[in-house]
Amino acid sequence: MKQLTALQQQNRRSNSFRNGSSPLDSTVDGAIKSPATIFWLVIHGLCCLISLVLGFRFSRLVFFLFFSTSSSPSTTTIYSPIQETLPFSIPGRVPVERNMSRVVVGRHGILIRPWPHPDPVEVMKAHKIIERVQMEQRSEYGVKSPRTVIAITPTYVRTFQTLHLTGVMHSLMNVHHDLVWIVVEAGGVTNETASLIRKSGLRILHVGFDGKMPVLWEDRHKLESKMRLHGLRVVKEQRLDGIVMFADDSNMHSLELFDEIQNVRWIGAVSVGILAHSGGSEDGELQMVGGEDSEKEEKKSQVPVQGPACNSSNHLVGWHTFNTQPFLERSARYIGDRAIVLPRKLEWAGFVLNSRLLWEERLNRPVWVREIEEVGTDGEDVESPLSLLKDTSVVEPLGSCGRKIMLWWLRVEARADSKFPARWIIDPPLDITVPAKRTPWPDAPPELPSSSVEKVIITQENTEKRATKNTPRKKRSSRKRKHTTKVLDEHITSTKHSGDN
Amino acid sequence: MWPCYLLLPLALLGINVIIGVEGLDHHSVRTERISGSAGDVLEDNPVGRLKVYVYELPSKYNKKILQKDPRCLKHMFAAEIFMHQFLLSSPVRTLNPNEADWFYTPVYSTCDLAPNGLPLPFKSPRMMRSAIQLISTKWHFWNRTEGADHFFLVPHDFGACFHYQEERAIKRGILPLLQRATLVQTFGQHNHVCLNEGSITIPPYAPPEKMQSHLIPPDTPRSIFVYFRGLFYDVNNDPEGGYYARGARASIWENFKNNPLFDISTDHPTTYYEDMQRAIFCLCPLGWAPWSPRLVEAVIFGCIPVIIADDIVLPFADAIPWEQIGVFVAEKDVPYLDTILTSIPVEVVLKKQRLLANPSMKQAMLFPQPAQSGDAFHQILNGLARKLPHDMRIYLKQGQKVLNWTAGPVGDLKPW
Repeated sequence: MKQLTALQQQNRRSNSFRNGSSPLDSTVDGAIKSPATIFWLVIHGLCCLISLVLGFRFSRLVFFLFFSTSSSPSTTTIYSPIQETLPFSIPGRVPVERNMSRVVVGRHGILIRPWPHPDPVEVMKAHKIIERVQMEQRSEYGVKSPRTVIAITPTYVRTFQTLHLTGVMHSLMNVHHDLVWIVVEAGGVTNETASLIRKSGLRILHVGFDGKMPVLWEDRHKLESKMRLHGLRVVKEQRLDGIVMFADDSNMHSLELFDEIQNVRWIGAVSVGILAHSGGSEDGELQMVGGEDSEKEEKKSQVPVQGPACNSSNHLVGWHTFNTQPFLERSARYIGDRAIVLPRKLEWAGFVLNSRLLWEERLNRPVWVREIEEVGTDGEDVESPLSLLKDTSVVEPLGSCGRKIMLWWLRVEARADSKFPARWIIDPPLDITVPAKRTPWPDAPPELPSSSVEKVIITQENTEKRATKNTPRKKRSSRKRKHTTKVLDEHITSTKHSGDN
Repeated sequence: MWPCYLLLPLALLGINVIIGVEGLDHHSVRTERISGSAGDVLEDNPVGRLKVYVYELPSKYNKKILQKDPRCLKHMFAAEIFMHQFLLSSPVRTLNPNEADWFYTPVYSTCDLAPNGLPLPFKSPRMMRSAIQLISTKWHFWNRTEGADHFFLVPHDFGACFHYQEERAIKRGILPLLQRATLVQTFGQHNHVCLNEGSITIPPYAPPEKMQSHLIPPDTPRSIFVYFRGLFYDVNNDPEGGYYARGARASIWENFKNNPLFDISTDHPTTYYEDMQRAIFCLCPLGWAPWSPRLVEAVIFGCIPVIIADDIVLPFADAIPWEQIGVFVAEKDVPYLDTILTSIPVEVVLKKQRLLANPSMKQAMLFPQPAQSGDAFHQILNGLARKLPHDMRIYLKQGQKVLNWTAGPVGDLKPW
């Protein structure tokens, strides 16, 4: 920056000294003034007078052009595509004996090419170069010998499934490493889920799991754990090699997470930010309840974090979690409840495993891991992957010992009985034609059966006011998606009021 | 030793040695060795290959000037001061002038600063002349060769022509008394009056600590294709355009201001250094003079320099193979800059980045305090050592005079 200012100043300096230097130079240079210099001085004075009269700078070059007999000097305006060199020759300049440089000092034209826009083929080439350079940077400075990431996601068909699963899908599509996505679906494999995840282009293992997802959150958590264990069983059967992480479909993952988990040896833990926010309740966010925090009242809005706790030498000494006891009464009980959904003590999402723990030969495996078949049998509630270990102190803390939060846990669901169009396609178009109460939109097509879709949308505004006395509240804690779900949910209700206006 | 003797005749024939890929160094980062036309000279150690005698001039030539204006230590011409300080404590210095190969005269000719911080070159010729008169009368070594085994640092815009305006600098030419001496300067352009044969071009001074303090993690992806910050039109001195940078900078602006691949503007962002580290190509066009500290910054930050200055001679051109490191674009080809840059094959781009990542390359562009091995001070000494042994013809017979002590503008002859 200094150089820039210096350069600018240099230019300003040369301006201020251009006028000042000529008297200096004239005293320095020669006591004898040749007639040519006197002539140019006179011309200079004349031009100054003309400029004063005209009001803009009148260039001495014009005189040069007038008096010169050189052929066709074209203008040096900015938009000329032809190269121009008009050397400003100082009279009395001695030609140099050595090789004449091709580079001429003086005023040159500003070259502009006729078609100014970038060529799209070249832009694509530039992007390819950028991509390749970044790939090289990653291989040089990033993770060396990256391992395959195996993401296990339990899901089931419901209103918010598309929303959540699209988020996870896009996160996984952006991961630079090889990826295997194991989608475990409660209630068996369905076309709904399959068509959604097919678009990702990832390597997917779509597995079904018997059992319908229950309505109570408690039971749902338990079923999800079972589904994840089922996913681990798939990893073992197929002997997939890589790093297993648990990507719940409503969680948010940062791309740095996928680079950080490459550092795991056997089993690691990351910190999970818990976003337990209820849309409608007045109680606001959860507070991090801990011994030291009770005094600090101003930290009320801190996001609670679950993860490994380390001592000063970065060894694992315990776990950060938070006490959910005070909130249990107010927490959500069933899916679609308007209350906060609480996580369990330690969520599955915060753990990553080396897949070899599951299927490696007994000799090569560490002694502290249990067989996957033993875990989860006899109705044992597997709350977290720690149940897989006999000794929990071997867990490696990742993300600078849990200080860096790279993923967030959230549970947001609509009511279990809420309806939504299959695959979010309204097909066939519904044939309800309800005339709009308002003036139709200026560019609305005339009333035709095929345009019933727009009419249906317009109807929503009418039925809004009567929404209050309609069906019971739906949980609308997702702020952004409020609008679309509301429209379509209201639409469902309006079908019952087909006769009304 | 014998491969060197094989290489020397090859170098004389002008054949470049092919760069060998060094593979994995002791660093895990893959860099490439830089082999210029004379071999791996960047890592040569000058100690033991030459001896330099530093003349002790009265402090009015150096210390007093610096005391008057300490800004001289920060600007881009500070190399002359730091070279003096380096030589005073360097192992190549000898206190016995009879065994010296080179003689150094510490004159801070670029330290007469205007209030805005830029050096005024008007008194520099007189100062230099006065210094040479002093050393030629007090010691006999100048008269022995009329300065052919002396070297001077002249880092100003046009070197020893001592003027910032190119036309006036050309008119003055190199100071006649310095015609036989070796000039160590930042300016370099082929077939130009202000560049003597045998001069050593050096990079301008750029503050190393400031640049090191702005380093970002190397895995930050490089997402800017072309980067440039600076003036395109010099509205104060050249409002119509066409004079400044021979119209090249204006041409860059007019052609590429709307091109999304080009991040160019006249802004002064605080993240200038960080942005350079996120760019693949950094433009280094000429300004009023062909050289600029942008080249040094581009090399330090790993951004491939795109040099737009016809016939420019880059720093340490005999030691650093600039064609393999940077991209050279003729000024007349500026409107097609995007075509040129996008048609560079990706492997070539990666190779250039590997060459730039070589720490000896970065070190050679810097003037760190205190001096470290392989830095620009050592490269200057290497350059001087490569010119040894002196040709016997430089030694003049008793009473023989070659230089014209009264040549040049009349004002130069006034005492300082």
